[in-house]
Amino acid sequence: MSQIVVEGLTKTYQIAEREPGPWGAVRGLFRRRYRRVVAVRDVSFSVESGELIGYVGPNGAGKSTTIKILAGILVPDSGRCRVLGRVPWRERVAHTARIGVVFGQRTQLWWDLPVIESFELLRDIYRVPETVYRKHRDELVDRLELSPLLDTPVRQLSLGQRMRCDLAAALLHGPAVLFLDEPTIGLDAASKLAVRDFLWEINRERNVTILLTTHDMDDIEALCSRVIVIADGEVFYDGSLEGLRARVTNERRLIVDLEDPGLPLRVEGAVEIQREGHRRVLSFDPTKTPTPLLIADVTAKYPVRDLFVENPPIEEIVAQLYRDRER
Amino acid sequence: MSGFRLYWRLIGASIRAQMQYRASFWMHSVAHLVDTGLEFLAIWALFARFRQVLGWTLPEVAFFYGTINIAFSIADAFNRGFDLFGQKVRSGDFDLILIRPRSTALQIAAQELRLMRVGRLSQSCVVFGWASWKLNVLWSPEWCLLLLWTLLGTVALFYALFVLQATLAFWTTETLEVVNAVTYGGVEAGQYPIALYRPWLREFLTYGVPIACVNYYPILALLGKPDPLGAPLWVGWLSPLAGMAFLGVALFAWELGVRHYRSTGS
Repeated sequence: MSQIVVEGLTKTYQIAEREPGPWGAVRGLFRRRYRRVVAVRDVSFSVESGELIGYVGPNGAGKSTTIKILAGILVPDSGRCRVLGRVPWRERVAHTARIGVVFGQRTQLWWDLPVIESFELLRDIYRVPETVYRKHRDELVDRLELSPLLDTPVRQLSLGQRMRCDLAAALLHGPAVLFLDEPTIGLDAASKLAVRDFLWEINRERNVTILLTTHDMDDIEALCSRVIVIADGEVFYDGSLEGLRARVTNERRLIVDLEDPGLPLRVEGAVEIQREGHRRVLSFDPTKTPTPLLIADVTAKYPVRDLFVENPPIEEIVAQLYRDRER
Repeated sequence: MSGFRLYWRLIGASIRAQMQYRASFWMHSVAHLVDTGLEFLAIWALFARFRQVLGWTLPEVAFFYGTINIAFSIADAFNRGFDLFGQKVRSGDFDLILIRPRSTALQIAAQELRLMRVGRLSQSCVVFGWASWKLNVLWSPEWCLLLLWTLLGTVALFYALFVLQATLAFWTTETLEVVNAVTYGGVEAGQYPIALYRPWLREFLTYGVPIACVNYYPILALLGKPDPLGAPLWVGWLSPLAGMAFLGVALFAWELGVRHYRSTGS
């Protein structure tokens, strides 16, 4: 059975508009004008146990709204949704005891207290039995390398350290499903890697189902077997990363480092799109020009130091997808 | 862990957090003490000139002043979470409360105990002690019980006003000074017997925001003073219930507010 089932989820916000001028505020007290903004429209998907899914889209596309509905924070206007068999907004308390949520921009730790105290408070809030708590805590401290941080007040932690602590905080009660809203936002490269490695591990080893939103396509590329792309509140792609690429373009890239930097690189069935020192980047379509033939062609014609094949970066794919959609 | 125990556990954590800023704690407490001390000085000055006002002596008024301020400072000390609640809604941090498997009101109420409010509390205790001594109160068990019951009702009433004020944040981002006026006006009004006020104000303080129920009537019973307005003394044993009822109403309004927030997300 699916762990998360979402069917036809729709959520509209009413935004109060204030009339301009000094009388606007006064008039607003009596008569408000509202603008309706559709945050998510008819969103449907389902998630099996142990999946790791990237939820992608531009700002204001409805990613956070979806997460908030799944986390039991918001009630949708219409549509159905079950997470671990429960309707999140109807049984908020029972539901939130079984899930973990991390907001990249916020911390749920106690600002002025040492990290370990926050963990203990969360143990009591979530009613985690002491033995279970110890087991989870030790495992998380070990994996996220938190032991040097435990006695530090949260306000003294760097962003990367804080995010590692927040991840541990969200998992102390052993949730089966983890929702993450922009978990790598603002982090330095090393912290991003640490977060990604950790998510990968708990997904593989503890079989935690993960749904994460992100702007960082490297997160998606590193972690997610499945991607859901949303724009203007509607899902318009749900499938594998390869499928997403194939839908937009078949393009591959052959990166060639030539012995002679001065030489122009001309081969049939491929276009040079970038030239920098010894390096040339060729763009080609492998359905028309098979990759082995192209490589053979290049190495036959030119002295080559090194060469490798790449996919176009996922940012470009998604950007292209949005452009295609608007057209 | 039960909700009650969790509440005190979180309050304890907030005290440990404040202890990180010891100097600030002492300075604020002293400032608060001086600030509220001046208030009582004004009342004293009034009575020094007139001896008594419409049949009420200074120790009697001091008894009113002491009890209402003890209750208010206790309610105020526990009020930090609701006091800062508007900010929590605007910044979206309320979402962090909603993702935890506990009552929202409990989590907000347990956010912080403001220790620095001991300034006002100790000052009102001194005034209360002086008044009790001057009035030769008995300190019998049932007297103490009624005193406790009165204070409890008053704390509940003020806390209810704080909860209502915070609840408004679910509907509007403007800071509504109306509730503040009622809360602080209520403290001011409760420092004197309502018999001194005009009828419309007396009615408002009895049936609207029932400050008289938790203050005037039980204090008459405590002082054994017949009501110049004619209510029998036993009323004072019942009327503090109004404070509890008011808190019940406020918590109900709070739940409506949470429901509104969750359906609008604003």
